[in-house]
Amino acid sequence: MAEIKLRRSLLYVPGNMPSMLQNIPIFHCDGVIIDLEDAVPLSEKDAARVLVRRFLENHTDRNKEVLVRINPLDSKWGYDDLREVLPAMPDGIRLPKADTPEIVERLDTLLTEFEEELEVPIGHFRILPSIESAQGVINCIKTARTSDRVFALAFGAEDYTASLEIERTKTGEELFHARTRVVWAAKAAGIQAIDSIFSDVNDMEGLQRETALIKTLGFTGKSLVNPRQIDVVHEIFAPKQEEVDYALQVVEAIKRAREMGTGVISLGGKMVDAPVVKRAVRVLKTAGAHGMIDIELDEEVIYGQE
Amino acid sequence: MEIRRKVQAGTMQSSDLMVFVEPAEKLIIEIESTVIKQFEHLIRAKVSEVLDRLEVTRAAVRITDRGALDYAIEARLESALRRAATEG
Amino acid sequence: MVRNSLGRLIPESFNGKNVIPFSDPFSLQPKGFRASRPLTRLNPGQKKLLPGLREAIQAAGLKDGMTISTHHHLRNGDALLAQVVREIDALGLRDIRIASSSIHPAHAEIIPFIEKGVISALECGVNGLIGELVSRGELSCPITVRTHGGRARALISGEIPVDVAFIAAPCCDDYGNMNGYYGPSACGSLGYAQVDAQHARTVVAVTDNLVPYPASPVSIPQTMIDYVVRIDTLGDPKKIVSTTTRITTDPVGLQIAKYAAQVIEAAGVLCDGFSFQTGSGGISLAVADNVRTLMRSAGIKGSFGCGGITGYFVDMLEEGLFETLFDVQCFDLKAVDSIGRNRHHLEISADMYANPFNAGAVVNRLDAVILGATEVDVDFNVNVNTESNGYLLHNTGGHSDTAAGARLAIIVAPSIRGRLPIVRDAVTTVTTPGETVDVIVTERGIAVNPRHQGLRGELLRRGLPVKDIRQLQEEIYHITGRPRPLEFEDEVVALIEYRDGSIIDVVRKVKK
Repeated sequence: MAEIKLRRSLLYVPGNMPSMLQNIPIFHCDGVIIDLEDAVPLSEKDAARVLVRRFLENHTDRNKEVLVRINPLDSKWGYDDLREVLPAMPDGIRLPKADTPEIVERLDTLLTEFEEELEVPIGHFRILPSIESAQGVINCIKTARTSDRVFALAFGAEDYTASLEIERTKTGEELFHARTRVVWAAKAAGIQAIDSIFSDVNDMEGLQRETALIKTLGFTGKSLVNPRQIDVVHEIFAPKQEEVDYALQVVEAIKRAREMGTGVISLGGKMVDAPVVKRAVRVLKTAGAHGMIDIELDEEVIYGQE
Repeated sequence: MEIRRKVQAGTMQSSDLMVFVEPAEKLIIEIESTVIKQFEHLIRAKVSEVLDRLEVTRAAVRITDRGALDYAIEARLESALRRAATEG
Repeated sequence: MVRNSLGRLIPESFNGKNVIPFSDPFSLQPKGFRASRPLTRLNPGQKKLLPGLREAIQAAGLKDGMTISTHHHLRNGDALLAQVVREIDALGLRDIRIASSSIHPAHAEIIPFIEKGVISALECGVNGLIGELVSRGELSCPITVRTHGGRARALISGEIPVDVAFIAAPCCDDYGNMNGYYGPSACGSLGYAQVDAQHARTVVAVTDNLVPYPASPVSIPQTMIDYVVRIDTLGDPKKIVSTTTRITTDPVGLQIAKYAAQVIEAAGVLCDGFSFQTGSGGISLAVADNVRTLMRSAGIKGSFGCGGITGYFVDMLEEGLFETLFDVQCFDLKAVDSIGRNRHHLEISADMYANPFNAGAVVNRLDAVILGATEVDVDFNVNVNTESNGYLLHNTGGHSDTAAGARLAIIVAPSIRGRLPIVRDAVTTVTTPGETVDVIVTERGIAVNPRHQGLRGELLRRGLPVKDIRQLQEEIYHITGRPRPLEFEDEVVALIEYRDGSIIDVVRKVKK
């Protein structure tokens, strides 16, 4: 059974700003993406990666997932970014311009080499490919399945609309098809789907609307550009009380079922099977993260022993 | 590490620092800081540590610090020294 | 030298006066009576309007060694104090003491007159350059820093006899009726000046907006005003009030504000009748904003908002979240506008606001106050007076008054400012004693005064990041490194007076 890790909010943090980097421990997002790409001017690429490395080496007591967005692998900085930051043990790499599965495979190979060199388990560094061009959207079904390292697909609307030579609107009609395809690709591969940033940090209503929309489409989280956006996104992703109550019943039912030695049980006339349990567990984990409930989920009881 | 040219690294933002490095006959370290009274000893110790580690024995190093933490001091000084060691 | 109860070394006398060492916030008892003013008589036909400040100074009988006052509602836009001091110098007077309600950076103009001996002491706190120069030993001028309530107490008790008060009056008639609501120098409440009007020996109203008799409404009445002077300008309107005061957008500040609001909620004070004060800083306003959301969603109807009033509190009044605003000073244009038209927005004097020696001040009825800090220490003492360089740069304001009065005094501050950790072994200067500080909120954790174990438990139950203050300090030091304490000479350049008149700490000359 796949792990269920909350990634509702992945906050971009500029890689060349100590004042932002050192606040990473206090942000209440599920993860951060330290940015060496767009947030860093060309003249500071070398300095930013050193800064990020030294920060991460010092930030050992981590309370959230730390990803680093490197420069594209075909740029002159991408490889050096990896070489500098991987020894500081980020959890993964957000790969920009993941237009083809081959690019992700290349990163996968590089990560394996670095893992051997650094003597860390193979597969330690995860990959979050950015689907941010027409080509990337077309290929994303394969991209999602390139490597076990790929834990989600991230949709990048800004670059995507640029590649289509269109404007990005606040209502996002132009993104509908691409978003849906990214969600399909991710869900078919059993991984998560992370939506694009919402760049107007003063428009909280717009952010609310967009987050509600992408949640409905099936995205499990969103990339953020400002810490003020975290609460809004978490609120949208917070489960409703009825959902939580039902999920608790499901988990109780499946526990009883396990005790009786079966994997299937009916609850209120509906069959409770693995997908229902999985959804319930996700709801309860999310509810736990929101402080709505305070229970320990015993995965073995829920999913059964192998 | 040999200091071959005059360079700088860092920014003047809060919690950051600017490091200016240039070739010199001996090791010269000058430190300005918004928290000099409280933290000069730690800033100096970190600068010496990085210079030792990178085996820099001849350089003029000037630091204008805006309350940076040790990791940032280390990173900015390291970046400046690496830049200074390459041909421009 | 003697040690006060907080272990601070205090001189036995300062600038010719005996010093009472601080012992605790509540037990010092006042003696005697309220000070009063000489009786006067003004017959029909006699006029108060004088041609200029110089004539008013002469008419008031100001002499060498006497004390004058102004009020600070015009804040950094005030031009009156400097004009008064220039006229005093022109008249050849020397050794004058200033007992204003506060001195602002704009008043650096009076530095040459301190150097010249025109001004010989400041019986009030200072913001800005004067304090820096005095701290460095480059300007000789003994300073006694007072709280807003403590200043009212000192004037009312006669401890500081003000010989001539010059009251900047934004709207005034020729008989001295005035308010602060209208005119080019409108500042709203005249709360601090009311004490001067009642207790100074001679009171001069100074206006740049002389209106036909009677000026209405009347904040300070004609019966207290001896002379009226019209001058071209009282100050720079752009610096008198802020056009807007704004919520912080800094993520650290917002996190702190969120925790602070959760602490207020957990403390159980957020129910009908809730009373509240915050400053005008960005974090304080963010707390107010969060509290407003909590009040709205729970349908709570508060009793009063207090203090320096901002547009945020005006909005809360108009929305029905408070019944009343008690306003000793307006911080922005919206507050000035409101006090002039809303009769639930009440102007109160500094006496009523915060004086510990009367029959009960408004601060005693506060449920919660949000306060800032430059440093705090492991005993919960707070410093707002001296900065990281050791210079005396800030006045106390109502900090210790509200902390003592409110049921819940919450300090909000970032855990680190430019590498400086907020929690120290001992603050450089004690402004407010730890006994009156209940909770310290930083983005990295919340420290609850050990006197409140119940609250601590409730915060933990709600999953808030409560930490022992020493644990919080260690966590911050782990990030910043351990700072070296500042070094000072023995020479005392300023007293930090607690609200009851005892001396809680001193400021010493900074070592070069």
